[in-house]
Amino acid sequence: MARTFALPDLGEGLTEAEIVRVLVRDGDVIEEDVPLLEVETDKAQVEIPSPMSGRVEKVHVEPGQTVKVGEALISFADAGDGAGSVAPRGAPSAQAPAPRHAGSAPAPAAPPAAGAPPPPTGTASGTGPVPATPATRRLARELGVNLRAVRGSGPGGRVTDEDVRAAAAGAPAGPGAEAMARPAAVGAEPGAGRLPAAARPLLAVGLEPPALPRFEQWGPVEREPLSHLRRTIAERMTLSAALIPHVTHFDRADITELDALIRRNLEPAQTRGVTLTLTSFLLKAAALALVAHPRFNASLDPAAGEMILKRYCHLGVAMATDRGLIVPVIRDVDRKFLLELARELAALARRVREGKATLEDLRGGTFTLTNIGALGGTGAIPIINYPEVAILGVARARQEPVVRDGQVVPRLMLPLSLTFDHRIADGADGARFASDIVRRLERPDQLLLEL
Amino acid sequence: MGDLVREVDVAVVGGGPGGYSAGFRCAELGLDTVVVDAGGRLGGVCLHEGCIPSKAYLHVAALMDEAARAPELGVEFGAPRVSLDALRKWKTERVVGKLSRGLASVALRRGVEVIPGRGVFEESRLLRVEGDQPQKIRFAHAVIATGSRPARLPGAALESERIMDSGAALELPEVPARLLVIGGGYIGLEMGMVYAALGSQVTLVEMTDGLLPGVDRDLVQPLARRVEKLFAAVHLGTRVTGLREGGSGIEARLEGRGEERFDRVLVAVGRRAWTDGLGLETTRVRVGQGGIVGVDDRCRTDDPRIYAVGDVTGEPMLAHRAMRQGKVVAEAIAGRPAAFDNVVVPAVVFTDPEVAWCGMSEDEARRAGRAVKVARFPWAASGRAATLGRSDGLTKLMADAESGRVLGVGVVGPGAGELIAEGALAVEAALLAQDVAATIHAHPTLSETFMEAAETFLR
Repeated sequence: MARTFALPDLGEGLTEAEIVRVLVRDGDVIEEDVPLLEVETDKAQVEIPSPMSGRVEKVHVEPGQTVKVGEALISFADAGDGAGSVAPRGAPSAQAPAPRHAGSAPAPAAPPAAGAPPPPTGTASGTGPVPATPATRRLARELGVNLRAVRGSGPGGRVTDEDVRAAAAGAPAGPGAEAMARPAAVGAEPGAGRLPAAARPLLAVGLEPPALPRFEQWGPVEREPLSHLRRTIAERMTLSAALIPHVTHFDRADITELDALIRRNLEPAQTRGVTLTLTSFLLKAAALALVAHPRFNASLDPAAGEMILKRYCHLGVAMATDRGLIVPVIRDVDRKFLLELARELAALARRVREGKATLEDLRGGTFTLTNIGALGGTGAIPIINYPEVAILGVARARQEPVVRDGQVVPRLMLPLSLTFDHRIADGADGARFASDIVRRLERPDQLLLEL
Repeated sequence: MGDLVREVDVAVVGGGPGGYSAGFRCAELGLDTVVVDAGGRLGGVCLHEGCIPSKAYLHVAALMDEAARAPELGVEFGAPRVSLDALRKWKTERVVGKLSRGLASVALRRGVEVIPGRGVFEESRLLRVEGDQPQKIRFAHAVIATGSRPARLPGAALESERIMDSGAALELPEVPARLLVIGGGYIGLEMGMVYAALGSQVTLVEMTDGLLPGVDRDLVQPLARRVEKLFAAVHLGTRVTGLREGGSGIEARLEGRGEERFDRVLVAVGRRAWTDGLGLETTRVRVGQGGIVGVDDRCRTDDPRIYAVGDVTGEPMLAHRAMRQGKVVAEAIAGRPAAFDNVVVPAVVFTDPEVAWCGMSEDEARRAGRAVKVARFPWAASGRAATLGRSDGLTKLMADAESGRVLGVGVVGPGAGELIAEGALAVEAALLAQDVAATIHAHPTLSETFMEAAETFLR
């Protein structure tokens, strides 16, 4: 007859838990304390360790399923030796219940004394039904007590309700009576009386997302399908985040001079039909720096083990539209005059705003610039636009007190975040590249020499 | 063609005792439940062509038998005249019809919709209903309660109107002059007695060496004696090896006896779990040998969303087992800590005398090498039995030799079917013989025989 381990009382008024992950399979032979399942309650996510050693006969639950207290989780095959099969194997030393938590969990009923053998049963050796009334059997199920391991004190060895309650209260009795989650006991001194946990391999993370919980259980929800653009962005971001080891280098550029230069030239530029903006200067500075640090303008071919260095510099400019993020590309930024860049940028922005950007407008980029401070904030960590290997984010420029020559002076500071692919460049490379951009921005007169 | 998809919490396939019990309890527990039944009604084989009709006819048979004995007591009725039409009408309208209407009204009150049609699983969450109202049902849980069908006679298959299974026999098409009953189990015996009471010459053939194989011999003996008197012939240890149409009847070849001619034949060689055409291969439900659906102690199949109850889960194929399983399943689906952990499933043969038993039989105890004490109380010593003019009964109790705990009970005699309930309670609740002996049983009743049997353990 199989021994069924049910979800025991979770305490704190919790009556159900959601199965997050099942860690064993039918037929697995496992030891006591091996984690069987990960469940999520209203309070926390916890692991349920095995109450006994043995062979898993049947797993009754699956991820995403909500189980209530008392519902069967896993059946173990009968070890065949009746009363003794509930006992943890061997000496207590390595098998003591170690605190184990995947998050804070409700303090459970007292865990059983480590390694204590179960009491001898008062009835005939583990065969045949355990003598108990139907009501007593039901009580045992509710309390998660294994009847076979309880000594019956009733007439003829009948197991009474009192026997069941005593077993559930803490005398070592059976699988279900043990605490479900073994978190660090509240108020216990660290290390006090606890033996080190047995080592276990970390679970591999697959790219298959676990099942979502049923959100309706906490309140009303609405489902909204993702738009085509949103879906595309979601897929690309997931790809970048999953494939590329991102590193971000932070810096600040003093653009007081650059800002003054732009102001001085706004009107002259306007007469030529161009609105001068900081962005065109950023593009230029970045492009020139990319020429000097070509690996940040490359792509990686992991299969071939090669970096594909591009001899052209097409920069994408991230633009927020009401439909979502669009990144049109300006070609040959390193070779175009500033005014030309500014003009092209303006035209591109207009096309994008009007929803008239073409496919060609969006392709061929080698590096992306993103304005992460347009709507406020002090900075952000941008995600690389796959298959590029770097992206430069600039936040809002602000007047800040800066120490110069022993004096505190107000300067216009522009925060920069350079995220790059750690497979093609290391921290030092990133720092050098970022410094290059910063230097060009801080010395606009030198920038002009290169135009 | 409807492509309507209905979403429910629970879809029950089959409206028999297991199905409707599960359905009603699910609804009581607040689950949105439907019951799909090929006949478009509740009751199943039990109500429409099994338990209920047979008991109705057996009551009439017993009535006729009592009347026949009346002269001994000083009362003369004369020979009874039977109107098959009236008998069938009473059975169909006043018994089956009334109970069927009762079930339908319970279903209505509880909000359980009965959907006519054949349910076919399309996968673990979807049921297709075929029939007059085709539709698809997406369920959170399903309960398979498709029951069983009469088994066919191996090796002697012949299609003929004169060869009946239990369902056809209960239609009472006619009272055949000569009836062959193949199978000495409870169905063969009960149906044989009905036809014998109505006037048929019944010949019963049983493969094993005794009637009601598996039941303790001392319980079967009083019945066997009666059957010998009532039937034209009883052939034990005999097989039917061939059946063919012959003249205006059926020629049956009986092992070692040659051919004999009968007007009709009743095949009662057992029942087989029914899952054909259910589409279970699209789910994870495991169907084992004999078409039996494998379930755990909560009646859940290998597919975590699908449960099964009743005959489709195997022996004993009894309506009351199905009903209890149905209730357990409903509680399990509703998340309560339920389990089918019943120790006893009592069994009753509604012949005259009735035979009933529960728990461990003397035979089983002996084979298991278990130390038991057996107490037998013959009804010859019962006051009540004497007042009924029926001393041909026996009450028997098996108890653990050491603790005195009641392990099994058997009763043969009129009303055994009602009396066995006390035995079932005693075994299920792990009572001791002394508990039974110490409980006052009303006098003069047949139930006292149980107390008297228990008292022998105290001596």
